[in-house]
Amino acid sequence: MMTDTISVSVEGAVKSFGGTPAVDGVSLKIRKGEFLTLLGPSGCGKTTLLNLIAGFLEPERGEIFIDGEAVTHVPPYRRSIGMVFQSYALFPHMTVAENVAFGLKMHKVPASEIGPRVAEALEMVRLPQMGPRTPRQLSGGQQQRVALARALVIKPSVILLDEPFSAIDKNLRADMQVELKRIQKRIGITTLFVTHDQSEALSLSDRIAVMSHGKIEQLSGPAELYRNPASSFVASFIGDINRMPCTVIGIEAGEVVLKANEHVLRLPKEHGAVDVLAAGSAALLFARPEELALVPAQGVEANLGEGVVDTHVYQGTHVDVYVRFGDGRAVRVRHPGFEALERFPAGTAVGVHANLAQAFVFPEK
Amino acid sequence: MDRLLRVLYGVLIGATLIYVTLPSLVVVVTAFSDKALLMFPPTGFSLKWFERAWTYDDFRKGMVNGLIITAWASCIALAVGTMAAFVIERFEFTGKRTLEAVLLSPLVIPHFTLGIAMLILASEISLSRTFSLVVACHVILVLPFVMRSVYVSLKNIDPALERAAASLGASPFRVFMKIDLPLLAPGLAGGWLFAAILSFNEFTATLFVTGQRTQTLPVAMYTYVREYADPTMAALSSMLIAVTVLFLVAANRWLGLERILSIEARH
Ligand SMILES: Nc1ncnc2c1ncn2[C@@H]1O[C@H](COP(=O)(O)OP(=O)(O)OP(=O)(O)O)[C@@H](O)[C@H]1O
Ligand SMILES: [Mg+2]
Repeated sequence: MMTDTISVSVEGAVKSFGGTPAVDGVSLKIRKGEFLTLLGPSGCGKTTLLNLIAGFLEPERGEIFIDGEAVTHVPPYRRSIGMVFQSYALFPHMTVAENVAFGLKMHKVPASEIGPRVAEALEMVRLPQMGPRTPRQLSGGQQQRVALARALVIKPSVILLDEPFSAIDKNLRADMQVELKRIQKRIGITTLFVTHDQSEALSLSDRIAVMSHGKIEQLSGPAELYRNPASSFVASFIGDINRMPCTVIGIEAGEVVLKANEHVLRLPKEHGAVDVLAAGSAALLFARPEELALVPAQGVEANLGEGVVDTHVYQGTHVDVYVRFGDGRAVRVRHPGFEALERFPAGTAVGVHANLAQAFVFPEK
Repeated sequence: MDRLLRVLYGVLIGATLIYVTLPSLVVVVTAFSDKALLMFPPTGFSLKWFERAWTYDDFRKGMVNGLIITAWASCIALAVGTMAAFVIERFEFTGKRTLEAVLLSPLVIPHFTLGIAMLILASEISLSRTFSLVVACHVILVLPFVMRSVYVSLKNIDPALERAAASLGASPFRVFMKIDLPLLAPGLAGGWLFAAILSFNEFTATLFVTGQRTQTLPVAMYTYVREYADPTMAALSSMLIAVTVLFLVAANRWLGLERILSIEARH
């Protein structure tokens, strides 16, 4: 029943190199037609997990299923996968059309069918005239579109992309992302995308698995990830955020009571890893710059305390104002527009207000 | 200052060129001498030493033997060396480093050691003085050069190409045939060329393992100079130089010499 909607399933996969786990007990289910992204810093095990699914590595423990079939010990060429690499990996001794036809030939598709299917695939990536060219005659973006066509033409169960756009010119990258998303939605292919670029992950994905040290820290939709991070790692990794040390006073009436900067704060209980917070323990309070506001000093609204405006960073759509507290720590407060530049010149004494409904607390590690 | 440096540089290049080509030039000029003496410069002109070299029976046989042995040895070394280099470079298995060290050891073992060893072994199994013995000896000698050449070419192949092919349904054998082999071709041509030249010119080990019937051109030449000191050797050498130059020019034209001989990694 459930297997009808699951395309790829990883169960408790472990893979280590020289005793150090690169993938450390990962379980993951990718739904049919879903665009799922593995996001995490360099070395967290994204490529290793991708290679376990592709079959280039075998896990020491755990199982891998594609379309409900156990493929843990099946070699890559017998798995129904398509792959796209950062280096494009087009075969240099073949034309574009031969590259796209390669998988069809390997799958013994009748010769009469190959021509039309290659043409259709090149049409899909908007390179219908490029068949006779060699890969070297194409730009990076074009090469990657050919690689995508080559991977998709064999109609795999899942397509795996390892940082496919990180070698592509920055101006072109956004176009490529839109293009990939368009094709992915049109043919409804299950997609596993690897990146360490969070904005790429947030803009493309149905769900994102944030990885750290070989483990999945959180698996959820982009908005949920941003608004409700499950750990201090995720909170710090996704988007800009302020971290402030605080002390847990206790948990009462569905609220977490904290003391930060000599101010007592009350947070909704579901925000953060509240279950593991003991009264009196040190913790970290996280609040995004846009959830902070500058208010008159000494006012009742200044729930994070008072400070002095240090510097501004003008970002076009908004201004980031850095406020320094008495103890030397600074927070970033985001103001839309540019009025903040004039209203709060450097040296102004201000109060800082935090929208506690959108703040999180996690234990200090 | 700049000009002085440039002049010095030019002189250095010129001197190096002369230093490298002078022996060949001396040999070629001496070959046209009319006296039965190896002397430079010659006092007259004749083609008789070329005629003698061309018609001398041992040289003819040595040439044919050498070509047969070279053809077998270089082709066997190419096949074995390519497989070995591919397996060692692309797969993990126990004893891999040992295997590599053993296969590359002829680079550092003196050739005469190998020659003696082959001779002793061959007489044990009564194979001495046969063509197979010479071929086997040459295969061992040229194998490291083939392997080096294949290594360099393999390192220049993006492993993502092999993975891409596998993800498209190509078995390891097909990946090798359809992806690696075509991309290795220039490296293989280079390895084969090295192997062939080395095998054809090899003397030290060959001296031990050849007999009257199987002797190669260098061995025949050695035997000749022990008896005669006339310019026949110079004439023969001139012909060999000419053939080699023609061969290299042709290789350069059709395959691109810098590609074939590239020991450095390409980008
Ligand atoms: N073949 C290998 N041999 C030894 N160690 C490896 C191997 N492949 C990966 N590792 C190690 O495993 C860990 C995870 O590597 P992996 O390539 O999966 O990270 P990643 O998340 O893809 O990083 P990046 O963003 O830099 O590509 C790293 O510490 C890496 O050094
Ligand atoms: Mg990686």
